[in-house]
Amino acid sequence: MKKQLVPESSFSRFDLLSEEIVFIILDFLNENPLDKKSFSRVSRSFYAIESRHRKFLKPLRSEHLTKILNRYRYVSTLDLSMCPRITDASLGVISGRCKEMLRSINLSRSKFFSHVGLSNLVMNCGNLVEIDLSNATELKDSAAAAIAGAKNLERLCLARCKSITDIGIGCIAVGCRKLRFLSLKWCLGVGDLGVGLIAVKCKEIRSLDLSYLPITSKCLSQILQLQHLEDLVLEGCFGIDDDSLAALKLGCKSLETLDMSSCQNVSHVGLSSLNSLAGCLQQLNLSYGSRVDRALADSLRNLSMLHSVKLDGCQVTCSGLKAIGNWCVSLKELSLSKCMGVTDEGLSSVVTKHKDMKKLDITCCRKITHLSLANITNSCTSLVSLKMESCTSVSAEAFVLIGQRCQFLEELDVTDNEIDDDGLISISMCAQLSSLKLGICLNITDEGLIHIGKCCLKLKEIDLYRSAGITDSSILAIACGCPGLEMINIAYCEFISDRSLKSLSKCSKLNTLESRGCPLITSSGLAAIAVGCKQLFKLDIKKCRNVDDAGMIPLAHFSQNLKQINLSYSSVTDVGLLSLASISCLQSITILHLEGLTPSGLVAALLACGGLIKVKLHASFKSLLPPLLFEHLDARGCTFQWRAKTFQAELDPKCWKLQLADAE
Amino acid sequence: MSDPQESNNTQDWDPRAMLNNLSFLEKKIHQLQDLVHVIVRRRAQSTGQADEILVQQQQLMTADLTSIIVQLISTAGSLLPSVKQTLCPESSISQQFGVTNQTAGVSDNVVFQHNNSVNKLEDPSDMTGFFGAEQNCPIEDHEMKSDDDADEGENLPPGFKRDANLRMHMRGHGDEYKTPAALAKPHKESSSEPILIKRYSCPYIGCKRNKDHKKFQPLKTILCVKNHYKRTHCDKTYTCSRCNTKKFSVIADLKTHEKHCGRDKWLCSCGTTFSRKDKLFGHIALFQGHTPAIPVEESKGSAGPSNKVEQLEFKYKSDAPSGSSCRNVMDLERSGEDPISYFSPLNFETSGIDGFQEFPRPPFEDSESSFSFLLSGSCDYPPKNGRYTGSNDME
Repeated sequence: MKKQLVPESSFSRFDLLSEEIVFIILDFLNENPLDKKSFSRVSRSFYAIESRHRKFLKPLRSEHLTKILNRYRYVSTLDLSMCPRITDASLGVISGRCKEMLRSINLSRSKFFSHVGLSNLVMNCGNLVEIDLSNATELKDSAAAAIAGAKNLERLCLARCKSITDIGIGCIAVGCRKLRFLSLKWCLGVGDLGVGLIAVKCKEIRSLDLSYLPITSKCLSQILQLQHLEDLVLEGCFGIDDDSLAALKLGCKSLETLDMSSCQNVSHVGLSSLNSLAGCLQQLNLSYGSRVDRALADSLRNLSMLHSVKLDGCQVTCSGLKAIGNWCVSLKELSLSKCMGVTDEGLSSVVTKHKDMKKLDITCCRKITHLSLANITNSCTSLVSLKMESCTSVSAEAFVLIGQRCQFLEELDVTDNEIDDDGLISISMCAQLSSLKLGICLNITDEGLIHIGKCCLKLKEIDLYRSAGITDSSILAIACGCPGLEMINIAYCEFISDRSLKSLSKCSKLNTLESRGCPLITSSGLAAIAVGCKQLFKLDIKKCRNVDDAGMIPLAHFSQNLKQINLSYSSVTDVGLLSLASISCLQSITILHLEGLTPSGLVAALLACGGLIKVKLHASFKSLLPPLLFEHLDARGCTFQWRAKTFQAELDPKCWKLQLADAE
Repeated sequence: MSDPQESNNTQDWDPRAMLNNLSFLEKKIHQLQDLVHVIVRRRAQSTGQADEILVQQQQLMTADLTSIIVQLISTAGSLLPSVKQTLCPESSISQQFGVTNQTAGVSDNVVFQHNNSVNKLEDPSDMTGFFGAEQNCPIEDHEMKSDDDADEGENLPPGFKRDANLRMHMRGHGDEYKTPAALAKPHKESSSEPILIKRYSCPYIGCKRNKDHKKFQPLKTILCVKNHYKRTHCDKTYTCSRCNTKKFSVIADLKTHEKHCGRDKWLCSCGTTFSRKDKLFGHIALFQGHTPAIPVEESKGSAGPSNKVEQLEFKYKSDAPSGSSCRNVMDLERSGEDPISYFSPLNFETSGIDGFQEFPRPPFEDSESSFSFLLSGSCDYPPKNGRYTGSNDME
């Protein structure tokens, strides 16, 4: 690298650019993390300016922390989610280098640090505003007490910190008085007392996530007295019942979003207390709760600001839906996903009244037919998102209506439906479409998809999982028509060959490719993807039997952003696996039933691949690998998932669906 | 009802109250009649009855008669406090003597004055002269301790010293006793006329409880005066033998403390300990800057320092001479050194089985992590002081 820098010692045109201009240029270099790297190699001054410009850092290895923090002195946000192993020493390095500059740190995926390191961090970095400590299941109250030293903290996430109790939360409540956002989801050791103290001490709280906490009405009344509370999540709080909600009657003037999903002890009696929030409540989530009947719907009818309601997984009655249709507000978002009891009559009465609906989710409403879809498309013409996976009673002709009437659709999920080519041709009129899910649509063929490829130029995401009728020509049309494609799923589309992959390689933004069970795909197709799609971070080539080591080598060379790969049942051997180790981002590999894989090759690959967090392996390797290796990988923060499934032959897609239907 | 304080007022005579009292008397007399009837019938049936029942019945009659006489006199409006004192066999006055005599040795002159005043209680004029009773002021008494409460009415059934305790007990007998009305302080109908309230002043000049103070807060009973005086104006001579930090001037307070000493595992950064977590959180919610303290073992990871404290404490305790009130504690702790002598049956008699049941855990288990954290500051506590108190006040 030094050699590159030496020649332009005398004068560089680039030096004429002022630092401000270079900073502005750098502001636009965000798409590929590697872009900034190449930029800094242009000249010595660019290198220096880039070092000063960088505010956000997401290091891949904690070993190099000292080096990179020496270079990037103005880093204010440090995302360590790629570093599974962060010890107290690493935190010491961070606190020593970043000092007052550091404002935000993410430790949600890291282990091996303790309250000592946290205390050090908090002492040295006095301007810390945000800490994410999610998943630190080992941390105890002493760590919480260390966090309490961060006087300026505004955002704190403690999700799944199961060992922290009321005492620790009490320390945080007293220490971090400026807290605005706090997540205590799954902190099972925290109860009424800790949360109550948060409400008493941290008056600035805007957002509070108390999901699955054993809290009762005792602290709820205190929480609702918070003057600025906007977002409250009470998911799965079994201690909250109708009586607890009576505290709402005292009024909370600021609450905009309330999530009470899975609160099974709340009925319409308690929900009637929500009326006091009429002036502010905008979003309400009552998923997996009590039955949505007339009484419940009526108890919510006066919420004049409400625009989003989620009722996923609830038992719904026809009269309940009719009552929702009579609400004084016009909903913009309604989710009835997996609701039992949604009928044509009920759904029609809702959609005909709420004409401003933007997002509608009727996933798995299996009773609705052509009639509902006609009503939806007729009245909700401004729909942006329609999710209707597995609405199996809707006939093929109905889908034509979607394209005819809902031209603003951006997101459409018709997975597992009767939709056919006519429907697709109609849907291709939705020019704004960016996400289209057509998984398990056995009636569609190339004819329809070619239309989609020609017309939906903004498509970013397409799911063709097990849509068995399609061939390369569909993919060709999509790859040519939709240059912005980011995600494609062609799993179990058996006729797809390398031609498709080669055309997809032109989609430079592609980051996710799932091509499970495509027997025609070979290494050369994969090589084209590796060369063309530099941003690829998720690749699934399970059961692509013709992919071998030759496909891995270009992947290792070009796909430096690859994070996750599934190689099960492919023909990759030790050599291919070992070459993948050079991808520094690689975190997760699934390698079941690789015939060419030997224990020694596996050990070499595992040792070489320093960033691994998750390895899915067949259980037979457990005894073949040296125990010392497990200790080593464990210390690096890597976990193993053992599977003992026997080798499975692939089924014909039609047969597969029949089998699925039998199981239901 | 028969409280001398209430019936002392003869100026404002209320005929309705009089009628109430008389009907009460009538009822009582009927009850007594019934009882005597029963006795007469029993005698007629069998002569060979056990003496015990007879004795019990006689006692019952005596008690009832006493009650009737008291009520009669009070109704007549010419009751003297001395009548009540002499009539009530389990009057608290004797207890008062007992306690004050115990403290007499250590107390100074002022406490002695107190003793005198207690003795003079029979003479109401003298009382008011000395303590200065005043009328019709709201009474606020923070000094009251449950054991020392002096106003016991005979109309309460045996087993409860105070009628509040009875009401609390009655809750267990059904929902009808749980209503706010049932739990409220019963309205004393018998003397609904303006009541003469006797209140007491602390002899210490400048004390808020002294009648010359601007914001004088009177004391309710003579016992309150005594306990208030000891708590606020005397040395705290009773030291807890378990924690060696808490000191008390009233022995009852020490005993109360000993019941939960060592179990206060909820600790605030200010050093205050709480037996209950919610009390700690209430405290923290109230005061700025106080935070919950993390137990030492968790933050340091080893029990090394806390063990050291424990040993020091242990050693000190074995040096201290025995004291009657804390004997059960000390005996347990000493048992490590000389088990035979201290677990002799004789010792069991003196300390009482009950005492042992209060401290079922071995001493080491008592000092949980948080507790030893608190102690670490106080491990250099002078043992001399402890020995002094141990020998002095408990014998």
